Amino acid sequence: MDYRLSPSQYHAIEKIVQEYFSELGLHCVALIDMAGNIVVEFNNGNLRNDIYALAALAAGNFAAVNEMAKIVGEKEFSLFFHKGERESIHFTKIDEYFLLISVFGPETSLGFLRLRANEVIKQIEECMEK
Amino acid sequence: MAFINVREKLIQIKIVYYGPGRGGKTTNLEYIYSKYTNRAKTQLVSIKTHGDRTLFFDFLPFDMGKIAGYDTVIQLYTVPGQVKYEATRRLVLKGVDGIVFVADSIKEKEEDNIFSYNNLKENLELYSKDIKNMPLVFQYNKRDLASLGIPLLSVKTLESQLNSELKAPYFEASALKGINVVNTLKKIVVLTMNVLQRELE
Repeated sequence: MDYRLSPSQYHAIEKIVQEYFSELGLHCVALIDMAGNIVVEFNNGNLRNDIYALAALAAGNFAAVNEMAKIVGEKEFSLFFHKGERESIHFTKIDEYFLLISVFGPETSLGFLRLRANEVIKQIEECMEK
Repeated sequence: MAFINVREKLIQIKIVYYGPGRGGKTTNLEYIYSKYTNRAKTQLVSIKTHGDRTLFFDFLPFDMGKIAGYDTVIQLYTVPGQVKYEATRRLVLKGVDGIVFVADSIKEKEEDNIFSYNNLKENLELYSKDIKNMPLVFQYNKRDLASLGIPLLSVKTLESQLNSELKAPYFEASALKGINVVNTLKKIVVLTMNVLQRELE
């Protein structure tokens, strides 16, 4: 599961994620790899270092859900979200290596977030291909 | 392989505590957490069953400070030891950089140790990793039980059954009492960093 990002790729991806973070007023956004490492992360300060645990659990959760998908005969469930009263979490797979996690409050519309998340994934994929 | 961010000078390393069920993997992490609460970057995360057994994994990120100019975060994981949680063990091993094999010294656990070690080898092969090239430290846990008259496997027996092929470093430990828990951690961190440095060069 080795991958490499050049400094220019990394910078471009960071910019995409940052724009997504500020435009939607997210509480936290993290681009993580499937082993649970944080690649890029922005948060509003409330999560602090718990972001490491969030990333580890998200990667584990995603892998577990993928196993569930296989059991019911699906190749994968590429996105899912958990709704809370004040905080919700949206997970989307970017490719075989990366996941995008967005933590947001009731002020952010899920529909708009999904739409923007899809765009962000396309932009990140383009960066990765370069 | 570890996550290395050259621009931000940050390294994230994944170390997995592997071994048979009820061997003391979680106790290792709990001890480290209690001793270094101020250095751990967050709470110890444990996903347990009602019976207090590890269901998914335990997770403890641990800030090592600067190593060779890089801020280094060690991420400690345990796997569930129970045989039935095979799928979960595989998931946790994804992207592993170093392994601590926590063997149970109690005589009755002889077969469980061997089974778990072979299982580790097989699971690493799934990720195209050879155990011989993996930084690994053995921890022969529960040595303190000898003083209570509980029959234990001798270190010589454990060495010949588990470590004859690898000749990896080992520690006699008591995770509950904290004996050699930190030394085990230090050793695996050093071994992992050495491998990482060689790979980077």
